[in-house]
Amino acid sequence: MDLTIFNAVIAVVIAIAFAAANAAYLVLAERRGAGRIQRRPGPNVNLFGMLQPPCDGIKLMTKQLMIPGGADKALFMVAPVLAMAPAIMSFVTIPFSDTIVAHSMDIGVLMIFAFASLGGMSILLAGWGSRNKYGVMASVRAVSQNISYEVPMLITVITVVMMTGSMNLREITLSQAGGFWNWNIFPVSMADGNFMLQPLMPVSFLIFYICSLAETNRAPFDLGEAESELVAGFHTEYGSMGFGLFFMGEYANIVIGASLITILFLGGWDCPLGLYPGVWWFLLKIYLLIFSFIWIRWTFPRTTIYGLLNLSWKILIPISLFNLLLTAGLLKVF
Amino acid sequence: MSGPISIQPGETFTLNVGPQHPATHGVLRVKMEMDGEYIVQAETVLGYIHRMHELMGENRTYPQVLPNLSRLDYLGAMGYTHGHVLAVERAASIEVPERAEYIRVLMVELNRISSHLFWFGAFVMDLGGFTPLMYAIQDREHILDLMEAVTGSRLTYCYFRFGGLYNDVDDDFIGAVRAVIPRLRKSLKKYAALVTGNIIFRKRLEDIGPISAEMCRKYGATGPVARGSGIDFDVRKNEPYSMYPEFDFDVPVYHECDSLARYKVRMDEMEQSLRIIEQGLDKLPDGPIMPKKKPKLIKPPKGDYYQAVETARGSFGIRIVSDGSKNAYRFKLRSPTYSNMHLFDEACQGMMIMDALAMMGSLDLVIPEIDR
Repeated sequence: MDLTIFNAVIAVVIAIAFAAANAAYLVLAERRGAGRIQRRPGPNVNLFGMLQPPCDGIKLMTKQLMIPGGADKALFMVAPVLAMAPAIMSFVTIPFSDTIVAHSMDIGVLMIFAFASLGGMSILLAGWGSRNKYGVMASVRAVSQNISYEVPMLITVITVVMMTGSMNLREITLSQAGGFWNWNIFPVSMADGNFMLQPLMPVSFLIFYICSLAETNRAPFDLGEAESELVAGFHTEYGSMGFGLFFMGEYANIVIGASLITILFLGGWDCPLGLYPGVWWFLLKIYLLIFSFIWIRWTFPRTTIYGLLNLSWKILIPISLFNLLLTAGLLKVF
Repeated sequence: MSGPISIQPGETFTLNVGPQHPATHGVLRVKMEMDGEYIVQAETVLGYIHRMHELMGENRTYPQVLPNLSRLDYLGAMGYTHGHVLAVERAASIEVPERAEYIRVLMVELNRISSHLFWFGAFVMDLGGFTPLMYAIQDREHILDLMEAVTGSRLTYCYFRFGGLYNDVDDDFIGAVRAVIPRLRKSLKKYAALVTGNIIFRKRLEDIGPISAEMCRKYGATGPVARGSGIDFDVRKNEPYSMYPEFDFDVPVYHECDSLARYKVRMDEMEQSLRIIEQGLDKLPDGPIMPKKKPKLIKPPKGDYYQAVETARGSFGIRIVSDGSKNAYRFKLRSPTYSNMHLFDEACQGMMIMDALAMMGSLDLVIPEIDR
């Protein structure tokens, strides 16, 4: 795609609008979903609560931004921006369909992971900058969690990249075209006439799914904001739009996570039966995944920090390493 | 998980959990000396909502104190007023009609279930699962509605009178209770499937927060906390009072000593309470609910009287020293949570903060009852 300044501006504006709209309305979806799960209606005034997100936004924006005494002002102010900005940046390279992509890059996967790591940085700065003991404890937890879950996630991605032979998200999707049996989640693939067998692909999917939950700090891995232990975790001291940005960043990250799962494992915009591929399939898949995130959040209790780290270092990383080896071997065979 | 801690002097920090903190369920403050996530030393600080109920008991007549007793533990108030009326009846030798005693047992057991249900929800919320709280509150709501219809209040009951009850139950109530029992049984099964069998839930409680039987004896812990540590003690069985000898029920005891054992004890107790209620409904005799002869002014003869009852949280004792006047000379309450809570300081040493707070949830603390 030819990238001019004009195109780039439009693409970025659309990406920001998509991220912001998703963040705002996923909060509503989450609250409605939680309500359904908990046998209560949730926000339901004014068109099924459609006016709730704007109201929340206005409320957050009109509140005073309090900076606690003794806090590091610069870090305190930068952290929420750092939570939201990388998430929006990641949207640039995500292909929603064959043609709808802001900028298709050959290192798309790498770029998204680079920006995802910045999210951990924002949590660290928020906890450290707000000079709150709960905040510091939460940010230390969140950073160790992010680091230990990026490792199995990246190893799993390497598996997919090896099978596809590309780090371009668009090409990864195209290699899975032609029906659900070609998707990376299933062990057998016959895309482009190349027969490929990888029996552990469903396991990779599961590892990636768990890691995405942990990367976005969602329950049951929401140790960074464990409200029954650490009050509100890293954003204890944040009010007003500082809190709002953290909140929106979380939901934008969820969309990124769901999009990545969809692209890497579920065939992106591809239709399960090979008919009418398009952006609607992509959106359907990511919203189904997001619904599963919401479902999990409101069903499971929280894990412990050591349980979480043990799961990563003792189970997920060995399995994903073995998976990587197996994939390399199988690629040599077929 | 308690781990090895090597503390360098000056490398710890103090963390004030509370008095306003989501995990303490009230205005309890725990001063923790932390080494990272590990607790080196903890000290519970009390007194934020002390209301001098014991002194009030000495400055008011016996009937005037009765409502105070339901302000101790707002979740299981019925059991506490039961203790008071039993103690005063014993002191003043007031006869209680059989029907009144049966209805008292029914009410206390209903209240025990509602208290345990709320604890269940709050406990799972401590562990980060929100949804069971909503389910538990919905089930509790059925019980509260039943109790409201008879007693007139939803939490702070003042239903028992010296010698009987304020209000008789009717057939509607009995039918409604019979209808609620199978619904609660179904809910308990659902909780077992949704929460008790959950792997994350079990991992967070198994072998976490061990409290040995010796420690329970040392601090005087009673109730589900002691029964989760293998101490087979239930006032209803060991020092029977009211109509409990007439009922057939088991006392669940677990020997694992961990948080999961305490959880299981309470879940099993709800089932046993349902059994007691079923039997009570079958056996409920006809008759008056107040004695024919009752002194206008209650003046127990000179003496020292003590009555223990098993509330939802453990053994609640009430001691009345009477000098023959209409006020008590000394009015002493022995509340179960007060003893149970003091376990926390010793038991949480070396634990991680999230495990320690999960253990605190399993102790089922109700702060107004500690700070009475």
